[in-house]
Amino acid sequence: MRHETGRTQKNKRQRLAVDREHALHLLREMLRIRRFEEKCAELYAATKIRGFLHLYIGEEAVAVGAMQALEPDDAIVSTYREHGHALARGVPAASLMAEMYGKVEGCSRGRGGSMHIFDAATRFYGGNAIVGGGLPLAVGLALADKLAGRSRVTACFFGEGAVAEGEFHESMNLAALWDLPVLFCCENNLYAMGTALARSESETDLCLKAASFEVPAWPVDGMDVLAVEKASRRAAMAVRCGGGPHFLEYRTYRFRAHSMYDPELYRDKQEVEEWKKRDPVTTFRARIEAQGLMTAEDWDRIEKEIAEEIARAIEFAEAGTWEPVEDLTRFVYSERPG
Amino acid sequence: MSAEKIRLTYREAVRAAIREALIRDERVFLMGEDVGRYGGCFAVSRGLLDEFGPERIRDTPLSESAFVGAGIGAAMGGARPIVEIMTVNFSLLALDQIVNNAATILHMSGGQFNIPLVIRMTTGAGRQLAAQHSHSLEGWYAHIPGIKVLTPATLEDARGMLWTALEDPDPVLIFEHGSLYNMEGEIAADAGAVDISRAAIRRAGKDVTLITYGGTLFKTLEAAEELARDGIEAEVIDLRTLRPLDDESFVASAARTHRVVIVDEGWRSGSISAEITARIVEKAFYDLDAPVARVCSAEVPMPYPKHLEDAAIPQVPGIVAAARRVVRGHE
Repeated sequence: MRHETGRTQKNKRQRLAVDREHALHLLREMLRIRRFEEKCAELYAATKIRGFLHLYIGEEAVAVGAMQALEPDDAIVSTYREHGHALARGVPAASLMAEMYGKVEGCSRGRGGSMHIFDAATRFYGGNAIVGGGLPLAVGLALADKLAGRSRVTACFFGEGAVAEGEFHESMNLAALWDLPVLFCCENNLYAMGTALARSESETDLCLKAASFEVPAWPVDGMDVLAVEKASRRAAMAVRCGGGPHFLEYRTYRFRAHSMYDPELYRDKQEVEEWKKRDPVTTFRARIEAQGLMTAEDWDRIEKEIAEEIARAIEFAEAGTWEPVEDLTRFVYSERPG
Repeated sequence: MSAEKIRLTYREAVRAAIREALIRDERVFLMGEDVGRYGGCFAVSRGLLDEFGPERIRDTPLSESAFVGAGIGAAMGGARPIVEIMTVNFSLLALDQIVNNAATILHMSGGQFNIPLVIRMTTGAGRQLAAQHSHSLEGWYAHIPGIKVLTPATLEDARGMLWTALEDPDPVLIFEHGSLYNMEGEIAADAGAVDISRAAIRRAGKDVTLITYGGTLFKTLEAAEELARDGIEAEVIDLRTLRPLDDESFVASAARTHRVVIVDEGWRSGSISAEITARIVEKAFYDLDAPVARVCSAEVPMPYPKHLEDAAIPQVPGIVAAARRVVRGHE
């Protein structure tokens, strides 16, 4: 199956509307996610990271592009494939890695692991491992903002698989009905675990579904970080200005399996190879190099800095501590002062 | 508390509690099915829309999962939502949000995000509403760590538990038995918040402990009166809170009376009555003079015809008979 890339690709050969500093920032953020997760896969094989591990490799442009549109006091609700969202949002790599290890120094105190990244400092409301389960939460966060008169945005990431869940429809309806500031960020990577979109949906045009709730919706080339940023900024601005919920369908692809357990019997290697030609990191690198915004030295420096950051993150996680078993029952209920 | 009394129904007590909460804290809002224009499925919220407006008395679509989940999100976002679900049967559509999010996020986030949410719903049978409106599933919810489960039976608890629940930093589920809404009585004019951490002895007695909660409390008290005419003094314990369960109160009572009957409108298998039995056996086994007895609902989906519904749920004669059996060893 192939995405229609639509009008987002027609500007490809035109000069990029981006300066060197911003171009390097976007590239660097995407590469951080890529390298962080490649390392996670190694650490998983080495049994340092356990449980389910869902990698985002191939989809980096979505997280990085979308986060450019969000302010520090906006909220993010995410899925079980959320390392990229968390890193792009500013959750420190070290606390993320310690969380993967299950150490107390992790951003969720080691209690969530890969699928449940929470970080109050960046208003990152999790890592939800129930497909579609985060959508009503996003509606509620937006409702709280609206009731309090705050002009914040809640960005809700979910995969196209969530569109088959009742919670998608209920949440879209509620957000539209109540005119709530939610940016629905659908990452359509074509497969819900191993089930292709056409095998799970009678209507495969996701924007049409959103439109049926009177929610403005448009597709975005999710392999192009600038296209993602542009569309996300436009949509987030509309949401922030009281335009009610908006829906973006980021058309993307994951290069890796659904999880580390997935033998990938449901798709051709050929298809994966075709999509890899549109790798968001390498294609963006080539574009900005061609336009003189980046040199080979820049790339090497960024690679080196990222490698160092990840090495420090691993060191931090390795040196981290296991929560004392005596603390097992903490945080079932809130701890009250005194 | 003042000596001045006012007369009101259970329904009015709940309404007064909601109204007070809306006045006291501007972060509080009520949302649910038909809470606004309709005035509440059970007329609990009648009049509140006119007083507080549609932002704070918020009609929802029939989307239990989304509006309960939105309540969770709103609570995380700093609001103090009271979510009303028409009946516990419908809450099953929101079970994912309640169990996988409300009950777990504090723990999974390592204590970063608490969920100060209150969910109210009706429970129980007795109104010929058949099997999809009549079940007593509060015992299921009591199984889940991370939430609290309240079952106000008296006017004072109907009036006072809501504010206590709203002050709690964690998700609290309040189960209001549908047969109680029309119950009328007197309470102190200035009745307010109540402690939810302890069970209450609603009738003192020395011969047998009758443990119950919610809609069966008054049947149990009636049974205790009948037993008294027979010379059997029954102690009636109202659990009030099913999670966390105040086992100290009923274990102490069991140790005093040496005999226990549990009255629970839930089904017997895997029920809160099973949990109570186990705790008594764990903590007061050697104090018992007779096996613990249970009066529960028949293990059938609730039937519609009155005579069958009556036969399916605990009734006074059944409670009396069970108590006599444990006291005298025979009927």
